[in-house]
Amino acid sequence: MNQNLTFFLWDCLQYLINGIAQGSLYALVALGYTMVYGIIRLVNFAHGEFLMIGAMCGFYALKFSLPMGAAILVAMLSSGIIAVVVERIVYRPIRASGRIPALITAIGTSLFFQYFGQLTFGADPKTIPPFIAEKIFNLGEVNVSNVQIAIFGITFFVLIFLWWLTHFTKVGKAMRATSFNLAAAELMGIDTNKIISFTFFLGAAIAGLGGMLMGYTMSIEPMMGMNLGTKAFVAAVVGGIGIIPGAALGGFIIGIAENLVAGLYKSSFRDGVSFFILIIILLVKPSGILGKNIKEKV
Amino acid sequence: MSASALLNLNQVTMKFGGLTAVNNVSLAVNPKDLVALIGPNGAGKTTLFNTITGIYKPTTGRVVFNNIDLKKTKSSDIAELGIARTFQNIRLFKNLTVIDNIKLAKHTRIHYGFWSGIFRTKKFLLEEKKIETECLKLLALFGLEHKKNLLAKNLSYGEQRKLEMARALGSEPKLLLLDEPAAGMNPTETKDLTDLIHLIRDQFNIAIILIEHDMKLVMEIAEKIFVLDYGNLIAEGAPKEIQNNPRVIEAYLGVESEDKS
Amino acid sequence: MDYYLQILLIVGIFITLTLSLNLINGFCGQFSLGHAGFWGAGAYASALYSVYYALPMTNSLNMLLALIVGFIAAALCGLLIGVPCLRLKGDYLAIATLGFGEIVRITITMTEKVGGPRGFINIPHWANIYWVYTIALITIFFMFNLKRSAFGRAIISIREDEIAAENMGVNLFKSKLFSFIIGAGIAGMAGALFAHTQQFLHPSNFNFMWSVIILVMVILGGQGSVTGSVIGAIVLTILPEFLRFVGGTISEWRMTIFPILLIVLMMSRPEGLFGAQELRWRFKKEKA
Repeated sequence: MNQNLTFFLWDCLQYLINGIAQGSLYALVALGYTMVYGIIRLVNFAHGEFLMIGAMCGFYALKFSLPMGAAILVAMLSSGIIAVVVERIVYRPIRASGRIPALITAIGTSLFFQYFGQLTFGADPKTIPPFIAEKIFNLGEVNVSNVQIAIFGITFFVLIFLWWLTHFTKVGKAMRATSFNLAAAELMGIDTNKIISFTFFLGAAIAGLGGMLMGYTMSIEPMMGMNLGTKAFVAAVVGGIGIIPGAALGGFIIGIAENLVAGLYKSSFRDGVSFFILIIILLVKPSGILGKNIKEKV
Repeated sequence: MSASALLNLNQVTMKFGGLTAVNNVSLAVNPKDLVALIGPNGAGKTTLFNTITGIYKPTTGRVVFNNIDLKKTKSSDIAELGIARTFQNIRLFKNLTVIDNIKLAKHTRIHYGFWSGIFRTKKFLLEEKKIETECLKLLALFGLEHKKNLLAKNLSYGEQRKLEMARALGSEPKLLLLDEPAAGMNPTETKDLTDLIHLIRDQFNIAIILIEHDMKLVMEIAEKIFVLDYGNLIAEGAPKEIQNNPRVIEAYLGVESEDKS
Repeated sequence: MDYYLQILLIVGIFITLTLSLNLINGFCGQFSLGHAGFWGAGAYASALYSVYYALPMTNSLNMLLALIVGFIAAALCGLLIGVPCLRLKGDYLAIATLGFGEIVRITITMTEKVGGPRGFINIPHWANIYWVYTIALITIFFMFNLKRSAFGRAIISIREDEIAAENMGVNLFKSKLFSFIIGAGIAGMAGALFAHTQQFLHPSNFNFMWSVIILVMVILGGQGSVTGSVIGAIVLTILPEFLRFVGGTISEWRMTIFPILLIVLMMSRPEGLFGAQELRWRFKKEKA
């Protein structure tokens, strides 16, 4: 009995570690959702597809025997550029029509890229090798790989970078101002269109990075954005959408919960976990864990 | 607190977090009163309306309407009890026709059942016909009958204000709350509005509370005035008394002169 | 011939489905992204009845019962998701309903008794074109007359302005829940018809993509327009089939047509073809 308990606890620890690594990836994707929502109050359904396109481009870059570092750069740039293009020609014209039309447009964009991806890249899954040679460390009964540590490290670095960007640079301050009040920011001389483009680029580039790092746990395919995107979006909502640290927190929560449930209960339940958490959060605190409650003015 | 009053506010306080929007306000409105609620911007006038109509529940204190404590009454049930209102920033059903806007107000006065409506029974048709006649009569009163099939959003600003009043009356209230009805109207329209408010009170026999910044209008029609400042009721009385009340001049007119500069 | 009959069946089922979402989305203004979940719940529940628990009576009576089972199962789902989620607004409600739809799909995939990921087979062929169009006509009749009664007006006023509606005496919660439950229930009946005409169900029939397709049909026709929904369902069921004939390349690209259509529609005419209005000549015909 006692031994069983020990094994159980070691198992839990293992799932926790895997969950943190997985959660780091969700966090990277969730950041883009949160930044875009923060600035124009749009749930960018196509965010997962930006990631998919980045990862695909990265995959082909590797195929043309570019080094890993360059391939990651290609992935980030292509994600970022496609996001800027989509924002410019699709989202910007619709922005004035209200939030629900914009949301529907985002869904349309997402679906378009899924099928577009199938037709251009093929429906077959593709594998991206780990970005560093994998080494596994045994700590007692649990295994930790250097890839997992690196992914966590990179996510942490990205968060620090974003914090620095939004608090200490001109463009970051402009982003915060735009997110606070778009019309007022415009009156203060901020080119809000440029800031919104920049936000899309940044969020998508980070997602592209996440897409490349993901290669170590899963293969990439045109439909991946849907599943991954919804989970990352759930992470953003759970943490408090529009709040950068919230996205990271939400990502970790979803990652850990998924691994615990899949490990301890049923692996087929993995994909349902995030939605259960989502519905609970929306009922208990719709503004998310770190969010503030705002009362509508009548 | 008098038992004969239609509406009684008893030490009503409304707090939002650390902000006290309405502080310990007690007042009474009798049937067929025509009273005005004035005060500088941010004094808590609209919040008080929201508390009366149940959009907010008071933090402490009681709102009593027709001897019923509204503490646990839902906003929609308050409408049924007989309180109707207009909104500072017009809230019409913009994509519905003018007449449908008013028909909707009859919602709580409908007697036919759900299936009666689905199968269009005789009862349904008769009652809908009656409602239509009543609504047209109301529209005629406001001079909108020839626009009954227009979408509400296509009316002019002044007409929208009128339609909102007509809609409120459609719900057959005992108490009508008007939130800045003259806002954005030109002097001629305001003059018409003055007559209209008198007409409503006389024809429908109801009490009216009016929030208004147009002092000329207020002084002309209000029988009694309540003055709010920073959430506190600082004065109440007849228009003449209010005009000469030093606290009101300090709080209200002081702000007014700042506005002009 | 079979091919055309099949298209005709699907058109009829989608007319019912589109109208059911129009009640929630177009009439009441509650943005739902999980409608395929209600459809699926009705389809699977009715098939569960007909495969395992069918009573010894005629096929028609059994089909009627299957429809009722589908309605009740989906309506219960509507109640279950509606009570907690209907205080959410706009995009939050959209995400919650999306999550709900996915939960339904995942639950189906995990349930071995209904075939799990392999699909549910051997469903009896109880329904036919007459069943499909009878239900579609009943739904059209219901929606038309609802729209012109006090209850319909109350639901529509919520879409226009919740606060004003409440101040006019409309009970927001009850009206929203009503449209959610009835909308879900009708979608459940469409599911029962789908199950008993196709005789095979697969979880992928009820994924997010299908919620979006139904949504596009509603929006194309115009949110709040009954005739619009009918036309939206007809056009968008036949269009992809038509494209199939045009030729190889276009046929491959036809799945990208929905999304592009959706985007173009949102940019050029976000209120849909008819807005909330009805086609007049049809209006009279329907009334008769």
